Amino acid sequence: MFGAGGGTSSYEEIHEADVILLWGSNAREAHPIFFHHLMKGLDNGARMYCVDPRRTASAKFADVWLGLSVGTDIALANAVGRHIIANGWHDRDFIAHSTTGFDTYAAVVEPYTLDRAESITGVPASAIAELAEAYATAGKAQILWTLGITEHHNAVDNVVALCNLALLTGHVGRWGSGLVPLRGQNNVQGGGDMGALPDRLPGFQDVADPAARARFEAAWGAPVPPEPGLHLTLMFEAMETGALRAVYCIGENPADSEPDVAHARKLLTDLDLLVVQDIVLTRTAELADVVLPASVAWAEAEGTVTSSERRVQRVRAAVPPPSGARDDIEILADLANRLDGGWGKPTAEDLWEELRSLSPVHRGMTWSRLEAAGGLQWPCPTEDHPGSPFLHGWLWADDLDGRDPAPFSPVEHAGPAEELTDAFPLRLTTGRALDSFNTGVQSGGLDSPIRYGDALDVSPADATQLGIGDGERVRVVSPRGAVEMAVRVQAELPTGLTFTTFHFPELVDVNVLTNDAWDKRSGTAEFKAASIRIEKLDEVEVEVEAEGPVAARKPA
Amino acid sequence: MTDVHIGTDRPTPAEAAAVDGVVDATIGPVVVRRSERLVLGGSARRNERRHLLLPALHALQRTAGWISPGGINHLADVLGVPPAEAYGVATFYDLFVTEDPGHERDVLHVCVDAACQIAGSAEVIAGLAGGGEIVRESPCLGQCERPVAQFLQGRGKADAVPVDIADGGPPAPLVPQAGDPRLRLLSRVGTVDPTELSAYVNSGGYKALAKAFTLGPDGVIDEIDASGLMGRGGAAFPTAVKWRAVAGEAGTKHVVVNADESEPGTFKDRILMENDPFAVIEAATIAGFATGASNGWIYIRGEYPLATERLAAAIDQAREAGFLGERIARSSFTFDLEIRRGAGAYICGEETALFNSLEGFRGEPRQKPPFPTTNGLFHQPTVINNPETLANVLDIVTGGGAAFASVGTEGSTGTKLFCLSGRVAKPGLYEVPFGATLGELLDLAGGAVGHLRAVLLGGAAGSFVGPDQLDLPLTFEGSRAAGLSLGSGVVMAFDAGDDLTAVVTRIAEFFRHESCGQCVPCRVGTIRQHELLAAGGTGWGNGSNGSSVTPVALLDEMDRAMKDASICGLGHTASTAVRSAIDLGLIEGLNP
Repeated sequence: MFGAGGGTSSYEEIHEADVILLWGSNAREAHPIFFHHLMKGLDNGARMYCVDPRRTASAKFADVWLGLSVGTDIALANAVGRHIIANGWHDRDFIAHSTTGFDTYAAVVEPYTLDRAESITGVPASAIAELAEAYATAGKAQILWTLGITEHHNAVDNVVALCNLALLTGHVGRWGSGLVPLRGQNNVQGGGDMGALPDRLPGFQDVADPAARARFEAAWGAPVPPEPGLHLTLMFEAMETGALRAVYCIGENPADSEPDVAHARKLLTDLDLLVVQDIVLTRTAELADVVLPASVAWAEAEGTVTSSERRVQRVRAAVPPPSGARDDIEILADLANRLDGGWGKPTAEDLWEELRSLSPVHRGMTWSRLEAAGGLQWPCPTEDHPGSPFLHGWLWADDLDGRDPAPFSPVEHAGPAEELTDAFPLRLTTGRALDSFNTGVQSGGLDSPIRYGDALDVSPADATQLGIGDGERVRVVSPRGAVEMAVRVQAELPTGLTFTTFHFPELVDVNVLTNDAWDKRSGTAEFKAASIRIEKLDEVEVEVEAEGPVAARKPA
Repeated sequence: MTDVHIGTDRPTPAEAAAVDGVVDATIGPVVVRRSERLVLGGSARRNERRHLLLPALHALQRTAGWISPGGINHLADVLGVPPAEAYGVATFYDLFVTEDPGHERDVLHVCVDAACQIAGSAEVIAGLAGGGEIVRESPCLGQCERPVAQFLQGRGKADAVPVDIADGGPPAPLVPQAGDPRLRLLSRVGTVDPTELSAYVNSGGYKALAKAFTLGPDGVIDEIDASGLMGRGGAAFPTAVKWRAVAGEAGTKHVVVNADESEPGTFKDRILMENDPFAVIEAATIAGFATGASNGWIYIRGEYPLATERLAAAIDQAREAGFLGERIARSSFTFDLEIRRGAGAYICGEETALFNSLEGFRGEPRQKPPFPTTNGLFHQPTVINNPETLANVLDIVTGGGAAFASVGTEGSTGTKLFCLSGRVAKPGLYEVPFGATLGELLDLAGGAVGHLRAVLLGGAAGSFVGPDQLDLPLTFEGSRAAGLSLGSGVVMAFDAGDDLTAVVTRIAEFFRHESCGQCVPCRVGTIRQHELLAAGGTGWGNGSNGSSVTPVALLDEMDRAMKDASICGLGHTASTAVRSAIDLGLIEGLNP
């Protein structure tokens, strides 16, 4: 936000927050380490408001859970903003000094009265008002979110709606207050740091910036294209049109994780060349022409990781990789050498030194400082800079450090791309479970006493209305496909909402059902909102020789 | 929605209601479901209700006769405590049963510690066999003046001491001096109705609090300082030092009344609380006023149902009359008291173990420092005193510290309560000025019965002394000079016919049972010590296993290890009585 690709705050700031808005995030299960920091904040007295369609394990830790309808986050956020302005709780000095566009924002949120927000979101108006007051009047307040905000067709609008609240109240750019998108995977922040984003060079420098490009071109001795590359969703569209014919896939398993996954698999299979570099033979690797076995970045490799609080830390190889598996750096350098790149045999430290020379935010982080300090938070521009616990302190500087004020970005409510219909009357949303990781590549092989399995959670009211019982197998149909799975009647689930995880693609292809509508600006698909119906399976008694009667199932 | 901690066992409706009843009556419902889309509450404030764990476990035990997995799960869900932790806490206490008992009867606990042991607890237990209740052997129940002590753990009804609920109500307290005008601490015991606030006020009650308000907090502490009052729990720490330290701290502060009187042979606080509960309440209120603490807690041992009931009734009356709560007696001072019942764990008398227990954790002692004055209950500044120590405060505030200090000796001011039991003519609770000798005290109790062989002074953690020590002055300095401790004021007499080997072996068994297990030397040492004594001094040492180490040398070595490497007094004193018994030649086959 405001141009930087990371959360604004340190973990320690969460410990000291007075009010925490956990919005669209089941951090207790999906980000359990971060949630420990959050619990410290709660233990220190922070009040937590959890905004989520489900009363998740995380929401159970909230003082107030607001169960909004899927995809109505903007309506809620705008109503919060309107209520803050209407009561004069906004920070007028901060707005005047550090922001632009307030009047337009105020005009856009004006129609979002509490009553209207209640009718859109399903959350009682009084609870929205309470959240608004708590957030606006808190000394230190944090907004935390994850995929409940970003896995929507209007993901960027959702994020911006939350950022507007921080600008409105001055809850950003100072110790204790901030905006933190929790990172879903180990070192996903580090990937961004290193420029693994279609429109960014290392250190979050814009590929469209000629000066930045020139520095990289000078260092690399090669031209850098000024146009952004393709992100994952665009790549699949390019495969579809035939523009993309070869894919080199490192540590990603799109053959299980993409929405409308049957279609995605076909596109991967139809490629001229698919190279997969991974630590295990994923379903994507099974489709590949060439598989490059890689060592594990954790424990088998030297390098750095960057945490959600932008802290770059050293990781070290503790054990050698198994025979045949090689370090990612080695594989990439070898490949480059065979393509006449002349990379030689760079070490992790060599690469870090190159990054430091090109990325201003990392420049002060020498390899030895990283070792000695046990990690440093960017931006860290010089070798005597202590690192930055929080971002955007310039918003509070008298001269804004010479920068332009931060603009409000008014956004309108737009609901899920896929509306509920008579044919598909139930909302399906997806998420994660504590003991599983993404498509199960790394966690599926481990036993767990709390394994979620392939269940579809259904509210008691819907189960009763459909005449289905707990544990019953049903056919789940979306406009894109159908799968069979077991129903779990979940007392906490609001009527009309269903939920499942996507951890068990070998058991049930949930992403057959999900919608591949996506946000053109973030490249993220709307995993959080599909429409479905549930069909009962016919059960007929059949005689099976020597084994007695069993239930045979056929689709209705 | 998955959660890491809740298993599949569900509570019975009665169990759920029991837990919910405790929570609703104290902090109100934890989770409020306003609608399908709005739920208030949950686990966020779980640390603020963890202290309800012990009361909730009591409720479960009382309702079902045991703490079932379903009950634990419900409690864990409501309080936000992981069930494994709740189970760990439940298993810490003797009064909580964590395995299905397989019956629905009441449980009768019969004391088998020294005073009851020599009074024939074994025969009593044999005689009760086949009766209506399940009979269990119990550590000291704090009724040593009326052996053999019993305690009835009800199922679906309140716990009780059988003699207290017999026809005619609780018997008169065994305080032979009752009515003697020289009594200070026991002045109301047996003469003033303990169930009526008006009776308390008419006998001079709440004069001390009024005086305290005129003295101001510093003035109160100055008087305590001048009085030379020292703690009556065994450690003899100057009370004024404690109070001043807490008064100097900022923020939320607590007064804790340590009524977990569990030292075998001790029953003084029980008699005080049963017969003069308002005095304990008034003194705790003064402690709160002097130190600036608004939160008062009485942690009382679970085996004291009558004292608990009378304190609870007294607190209600005091609150109604404006002596507790906000703006006490129209002052600006706010103070209130809450009672917490222990559940059968000697170690919880150790102050930091008590804090852990009250907070809803296993009652294991904490490392000191930091001390309670800065890191006490909920790790906040805390004054912790036992009822006897507090009762002295009333006299000090009313009559002045100097007057108080004029009684007793220079090093031990005021009067002291002594619990006389065993082979004396008139067992009971006695109050004498510091300086009286052991012989004088025994005479006060009608003298020893039979041929006096030894006296256990200070309880199981104290020492045996022989008849040659009757001139011992019962003062802190006098006992210290003799290498002894007054402990909690236990004076238990044995005659030549008593099986002291069995008594000492039982003391060793007591420590084995009560060691919390946190420090290895104590956990292992108390077991080895008991094994050695139970084997009659053989088995270990004595050359029988090829070792040339004598059993006494072995005991001494274990004693050193426990003293050096245990963090609390239990390990430090677990060998004291045993060693003193050996020195006196009381144990068959073990000679110094």
